[in-house]
Amino acid sequence: MSAKQLAKKLKQQFEEIVSGPVEFRGELTVEVSDASQIAEVCRFAKEALGFDYLVDLTTIDNYEEAPRWTAVYHLYSYEHFCHLRLKTSVSEEVSELPSVSTVWRTANWHEREAYDMMGIRFAGHPDLRRILMWEGYPYFPLRKDFPLAGKSSEMPDVAFSDPAPLEGGPFVTVAGGEDSTAREPRVRNPEG
Amino acid sequence: MSSTEVGYNSKVEGDVVHTTLDAAVSWFRKHSLWPMPMGLACCAIELMATGASRFDISRFGAEVMRFSPRQSDLMIVAGTVTYKMALAVRRIYDQMPEPKWVIAMGACASTGGMYRSYAVLQGVDRILPVDVYISGCPPRPEALLEGLMRLQNKISNEPHVKDAKPARAREVAVA
Repeated sequence: MSAKQLAKKLKQQFEEIVSGPVEFRGELTVEVSDASQIAEVCRFAKEALGFDYLVDLTTIDNYEEAPRWTAVYHLYSYEHFCHLRLKTSVSEEVSELPSVSTVWRTANWHEREAYDMMGIRFAGHPDLRRILMWEGYPYFPLRKDFPLAGKSSEMPDVAFSDPAPLEGGPFVTVAGGEDSTAREPRVRNPEG
Repeated sequence: MSSTEVGYNSKVEGDVVHTTLDAAVSWFRKHSLWPMPMGLACCAIELMATGASRFDISRFGAEVMRFSPRQSDLMIVAGTVTYKMALAVRRIYDQMPEPKWVIAMGACASTGGMYRSYAVLQGVDRILPVDVYISGCPPRPEALLEGLMRLQNKISNEPHVKDAKPARAREVAVA
C-alpha cells in the first residue's frame, strides 16, 4: 500500500481532526488539528496502518505566531516501505502534548529532547527529564527568543554557563534579498 | 697541545656528573610526563595517532597514557569542553597529584573554537591553568609533539627545588 492510501485510511478513521494529505516533493504530510488526540492517531497509524518505526520527533517554534509550537512526527513503515509525516500544533499556554512513548518506545528520548530544547511537556511520559542539558538548567535553548550566545546560569558543583562572545556575529543569511550583497551572510543582530 | 681539559673526563672522574639538583629534577620530570588523555572530541583521534606507531609519542617519554588522574601529571584536553563536562574536567584535574601541567589541544579546548554557543565553555583556561595552547582544528600530531616539546622546555626552566626553601621557611615562621 502506498503512503497516499495509508493517509487516506488515517483520514477516514479520524475524519474531524485529520486534514490533507499535502504532498511536497514526494513527501506526504498530514495535519492533526486536535493535539490532544495525537497519541490515538499515532497508535492507529502504528497498529492498523503498519507505521512501525518513528524516525524522528521534532518541534518547531513559530515565534510571535499562534499557536507557538508545532510537533512533527516522521513515521516509516517497514510493512509498506513508505514515509508519512504528522504535524500538530499546540499553544504556548498549553505547551503540553500527550506522550507517544507508549506507542513507540523510541519516542521516550525524542520527547525528552523536545522538552529539554523547547520546554514542551509530554503528558504520560514515564521519565520526562532533560537529556542534553543538565538537570536544573533554567532555560530552553532552542526557543527563538533564546539568544544564540546563551545566558548565564549557575548550579554549584554541577555546571555553570556564560554567554559566548560572538565577535560581531551572528552571521546571518537572509533568503529572498534583491542582490547577493543582501543575501550573503552578514552581521545582523536580532536587536538592531 | 695543552694538558688542560675542559669539561667531563670519564677517565679522571669516573661515572660522575656534576649538576644542580634543580636541573636534574627538571630533566627527570620533562622526560617522563604521564599524560591523562582528556579526549572529548575529534582532537582525541589525533591524540591517539600521536600515541601510535607512526608519530610515537614515546620518543619524548610521554607514552604512558594513564586513564587514572592519580597516576598522571599532564592533562591533554583534546576536544570541545561543554559546560556539562566542564566541572567534571576540573574534578579530574583536581585529582591529579602535583606537579601537574595542562595542554589545551586544538581550537575548541583553547578558545571554544567554532562553537560560539550556549553549550560550550569558551576555552578550558577558564577553569584550569593551561601551560601550552596548540592551534589547529584538529592539530596535526606533529603540532601536539611540538606542544609537548615546548612544555618540556618550560619544565626544564621551572624552579623545582629552589621553591621548596621559602615554603619551609614560612612553615617555620608560622610554628
